[in-house]
Amino acid sequence: MSATEISLPEAMDEQRSAARIPKSRLKSVWLGVLLPLLLALLWEASVRTGLTSGRLMPPPSRIITTLWNLWQSGELTTHIAATTLRVFSGFALGAIIGTLFGALTGYSLLARRLLDPSLQALRAIPSIAWVPLFILWLGIFEESKVALIAVGVFFPVYLGVSGAVLSVDRKIVEVGRIFRLSGFELVRRILLPAVLPSYIIALRSGLGLGWMFVVAAEFMGASEGLGYLLVDGQQLGKPDQILAAIITFAIIGKLSDSLLAAIAAPFLRWEDRFGREA
Amino acid sequence: MLQVNAIGKIYQNGARALENVTLNVEDGEILAVVGGSGCGKSTLLRLISGLDRATTGTVSVDGVTISEPHPYIGLVFQEPRLLPWLSVAGNVGFGLDEPDTTRKAQRIGEALEKVGLSRYGARWPKELSGGQAQRAALARALVTRPRVLLLDEPFSALDAFTRAELQDHLLDLWNESRPTLVLVTHDIEEALFLADRVAVMRPHPGRIAQAFDITLPRRRDRTSPEFEAVKRDVLRSLNSTLALHKIAS
Repeated sequence: MSATEISLPEAMDEQRSAARIPKSRLKSVWLGVLLPLLLALLWEASVRTGLTSGRLMPPPSRIITTLWNLWQSGELTTHIAATTLRVFSGFALGAIIGTLFGALTGYSLLARRLLDPSLQALRAIPSIAWVPLFILWLGIFEESKVALIAVGVFFPVYLGVSGAVLSVDRKIVEVGRIFRLSGFELVRRILLPAVLPSYIIALRSGLGLGWMFVVAAEFMGASEGLGYLLVDGQQLGKPDQILAAIITFAIIGKLSDSLLAAIAAPFLRWEDRFGREA
Repeated sequence: MLQVNAIGKIYQNGARALENVTLNVEDGEILAVVGGSGCGKSTLLRLISGLDRATTGTVSVDGVTISEPHPYIGLVFQEPRLLPWLSVAGNVGFGLDEPDTTRKAQRIGEALEKVGLSRYGARWPKELSGGQAQRAALARALVTRPRVLLLDEPFSALDAFTRAELQDHLLDLWNESRPTLVLVTHDIEEALFLADRVAVMRPHPGRIAQAFDITLPRRRDRTSPEFEAVKRDVLRSLNSTLALHKIAS
């Protein structure tokens, strides 16, 4: 088999997509920002013209100034770093445990019958309800916050992995059996790659919950972090600071999700799916 | 030699899928098993492959009893069942136990070439047509050089033209190393085109009703009067099993 024979059609594909994607991408990005941009402009105009006071709902320009000042003073970086570190630690912990339990209960009927009912019962508890207990057990510093985030991340990952392993096509598993794969090899060569697409989705929803729970965690007392900025803004009557923190959440939440999706993309090129882009 | 000795299968719900089936298939023989749906053809193949376990009786290849999948036996399913996350070459080499990577790549390359897919090794399965995917599945089963190759209605999902092409192709592949083939099909023409012997099965419970030796010289002409004559005999036998089926149900 010669190299040119294979590379030719692929090179053509790349050329074609390189010419095509940016244009449609740009268009979809534009469509995506159109609505928020329009609303921001309207709000700015209504404050400028004196239609509204903007005291409780500051106009975009004031929020941007606040963000800029926080950034200039280096405060924003500190808060982002603190929050991101908490989310990352909690996410890692919750995702690892969720993956292990999900794989175990998906693969083994005994483990599922033993563990799943208890885990489902725990899932029914609103995670915020753990806060007082975590504070008593782990103190008011980082440990209790990371634990709460980990609990939030655990359940979607656990459910996603367990369900994905259970729904792997029997026909594909039989291919493994006919070639005499067993136990670990079957998991490594058939089950893991087969569940990868749903696993990535489970991780992404877990990460989303991680960002949700970090706010709750930081509400329970923190001296830094984006959640602290929120509480501080409320106590000192600074709605622009609250909105600045909210916008920062939106941006880094979206960025971290895109990062996770981008890391996963090369492993999912084989997928034969209906939709190409989100 | 593949020996199927008085095997039967009763499913957990009590359904008797297969009863007392005995078959001896010589080395290099092509046996086709035909019958209506629900007559236990696929069950028979799954028992021989070791994917399912027989309730009674035994299966052996060259004296080795088969109770679970065994390297002597290869299986091509009705659907290609390629693993979508592996390239075509990766799929063909999936069951190949060859620690030396250059040697492995070489054997995969040979197998791909034999089925006419040498240019497609780097592709994903989703990029193959139905016929190409089934060829890749054939290569995956043959690359491990099984003594017995089982085929479960392997071409039934393909269009008539591709099917005829792949039947020819299967004969070419068989000619090279002469493995024993057991082909389950509901296409009588396919059975007569390929097989040395055609076993007609009948349902409730599944068993072999009649077997025909096909002595026509190969490549058989599907339109010759001799071919037509044998086809008539087999059809008659099959129809009588179907008539029995109707009376029974």
